[in-house]
Amino acid sequence: MAVFVVRRLIVSFFILLVSTFLIFVLVAHSGDPYGDLRGDHSPNLPQKMAHRTAILHLDEPDPQRYVRWLGGAAKCVVPGMTCDLGRTVHDQDVTALLGQAVASTLWLVTAATVLAVLLGITVGIVSALRQYSGFDYTVTFSAFLFFSLPVFWVAVLLKQYLAININNWYDDPRVGPVAALVLALLSGLTWGAIVGGPGTRRWIVRGIAAVATFGLLMYLSAVDWFARPALGPALIVVISCGIAVVVTELVSGLRRRGVLYACLITAGIGSVVQFLVTPWLQDAKWASWTNVLLLAVVAVVVAAAVGYALGGLDRGQAVRASVLTGLGIGSVIVVDEILRAVPAYSNAVGGRIVATIGSQTPDFTGTFWQGVLDQITHLVLPTLAIMLISFATYSRYSRATMLETMNQDYVRTARSKGLTERTVVMRHAFRNALIPLTTLAAYDFGNILGGAVITETVFARRGMGTLFVMGLSQTDPNPVMGFYIVTAVSIVIFNMISDIAYAYLDPRIRLS
Amino acid sequence: MAETETPQAVPAGPVPRQPAASLLEREFTVRAMTQRELVTRRFLRHRGALFGLAVFLCALILAYTSIGALGLPGWWAQKYSTTGGLTNGGGPTLSLWPLRIGTHPFGQDDVGRDYFALTMRGTQRSILIALTVGLVATATGVVVGAVSGFFRGWVEGLLMRITDVFLTVPLLLIAAVVGRFSSGGPLQLAMLLGLLVWTSLARLVRGEFLSLREKEFVEAARAMGAGSGRIIFRHILPNSLGTIIVNATLTIAQAILLETSLSFLGFGVQSPDTSLGKLIADYESAFTTRPWLFWWPGLFIVAIALSVNFVGDGLRDAFDPKQTRVRA
Repeated sequence: MAVFVVRRLIVSFFILLVSTFLIFVLVAHSGDPYGDLRGDHSPNLPQKMAHRTAILHLDEPDPQRYVRWLGGAAKCVVPGMTCDLGRTVHDQDVTALLGQAVASTLWLVTAATVLAVLLGITVGIVSALRQYSGFDYTVTFSAFLFFSLPVFWVAVLLKQYLAININNWYDDPRVGPVAALVLALLSGLTWGAIVGGPGTRRWIVRGIAAVATFGLLMYLSAVDWFARPALGPALIVVISCGIAVVVTELVSGLRRRGVLYACLITAGIGSVVQFLVTPWLQDAKWASWTNVLLLAVVAVVVAAAVGYALGGLDRGQAVRASVLTGLGIGSVIVVDEILRAVPAYSNAVGGRIVATIGSQTPDFTGTFWQGVLDQITHLVLPTLAIMLISFATYSRYSRATMLETMNQDYVRTARSKGLTERTVVMRHAFRNALIPLTTLAAYDFGNILGGAVITETVFARRGMGTLFVMGLSQTDPNPVMGFYIVTAVSIVIFNMISDIAYAYLDPRIRLS
Repeated sequence: MAETETPQAVPAGPVPRQPAASLLEREFTVRAMTQRELVTRRFLRHRGALFGLAVFLCALILAYTSIGALGLPGWWAQKYSTTGGLTNGGGPTLSLWPLRIGTHPFGQDDVGRDYFALTMRGTQRSILIALTVGLVATATGVVVGAVSGFFRGWVEGLLMRITDVFLTVPLLLIAAVVGRFSSGGPLQLAMLLGLLVWTSLARLVRGEFLSLREKEFVEAARAMGAGSGRIIFRHILPNSLGTIIVNATLTIAQAILLETSLSFLGFGVQSPDTSLGKLIADYESAFTTRPWLFWWPGLFIVAIALSVNFVGDGLRDAFDPKQTRVRA
């Protein structure tokens, strides 16, 4: 293992050396570094040219410039020295620019990846289980459509069409009866297709889903919920119990009483603790990401303890299910806080809640949760744009692997042993279908970063993508190299993690 | 060959074999199909693929005949470069009911250029680039993959190192950098992009060759004295044709999106020439006042990419020996 990691690191180091040199030389020769000065007729032009020559070292041969850059970049990994990634044509420090940009891009890329993985795998698995059904065909067609959509087109569409329409709707946020009816029918169709089964059962599911959606939308509009959204303590209790039941059903089945009780007790603790935690979360001084993370850790520990104590024979499953329940309830409480920040935030930004430009509202002052909401509203559209394509990849791929595992002999063995369908799907097929996806996740990361370049340009986010586009269009190697070095190092690390994870998940594969 | 050898292999007995054979012939009327017939038949049964092929051909014919190409005039009266006064406020004159095309079916841009002609010009450029990229990438990928899979040695080592380097670079990044070298010419751009995207195909072809070169039929061919060239072109390459064709198709779909993205960012096709991506970039800011300037090129990109993807899917199913759903 250690040998494998060390060997991979050494090989990756040389690959990075080659590719950085390649990109550096290509960018340096892709245009005229004095391009913007050519039309300049001011008397101090020679000084300007000389200044640019000095900051970019244009009078030196390429290898020497590259080694100079490499020397500066090497300082990042040597402890006790400060990073020096060179300066831009406008004499700004690339390291400082990159520092701000990385965080913005990281949020975007992480959000898009996580959502695409979760949604894509879920949809892919369901469509594999309902192969050749209406749901499967719809998903297949949408995946093809998403593959064929240009990211920039979708991004502009979301920005100019969806965002503006949602914002206009938010002036008077109510769902009319006709719109509610249409949404209800759609929801009925979707749920019917997902649940499947014989005709009568599907019609019952469709009916329940449609009526529930319609009722919910009309009720929410009547109490003006969209303008002042919140979950409230009672609803949190209900949702917590729901999460407990669903998690138990997925992890072990409801017949394992120990697991069910562990989850329900965790849900109960969560329901009580919310009253204790809410004042802290609303305290301006207390609320921060560190403290929220701290709460999450406490939730995991408590939930694990509950699962351990009540699990009995199914201790492992109980701990797992209980921890998942605990995290779920924690997220619900956080979501509630964010929703409560909506009215004040909406006032602060003049009712245009979906932002189309930048990564945060300039000079925005508000509570911690309003700040979080501000970041989220700026992230929604770019994330959606990048996500679509990755979503298509994940759903197609997980459908294919799931179909393959469902046809394996061990799945037939599991069935013939008399195991329930849930156990066969979740414990035998699903887990094995996930293994090849680790490779895909590493490969897809590069694609997502490419998508980030485009969406950051469309939505004018100051991230690494804009740094890259600006650097390249001015024939300025340093910002491009800054973008590339972060990207390449993360891709290398991702690939390594995915190889290690693959070997860990699939014992047939031996590293080194 | 088999027919001429049969009489030698089976010694002529007192009982003539002819009637029995004809009896068998009548009883089993199934004729063995060649690989090509099988594939064609499976492909023709894939409705999505046929539809995709039809859409792609329609777009191709529409784009190349309407405004003309290679100096030949087209049937569309307007030129994509002539400016002029606005009809209908620059809006599209196309209406489906009653069906009416009008002088400017897709509308006009801010200086009165006919947007249908502009979109057709962009479509021509984008299709040309995509097909060239597909051709260049497939040719390079097949040659490098075949050589490295068959002969191994230093070519294989070099190929693996090159693909390793490419794995660490997001495609869009390197394509954008390379796109700046093309000085805006569509063919140059296509060549350069083609020289970038061949690595994945080369790896696939190499894999095919690695497994096929160990097969018995290759050994048999070698035992009969066939040279490397004959083995590669007559025995291995036809067997890996499926992988190659499918991936060439998918490369074309990918190339359309890559080219339009580059042109959108400003690193692809440059003015005075245009492409679908460049059209969208040029008129992005006009979305609120003239949305049609944004819709038409986008719809053409989606239609072309989607149809090519469907064709690729149909080809994949047709070449897949495990495919059992449509029995040939």
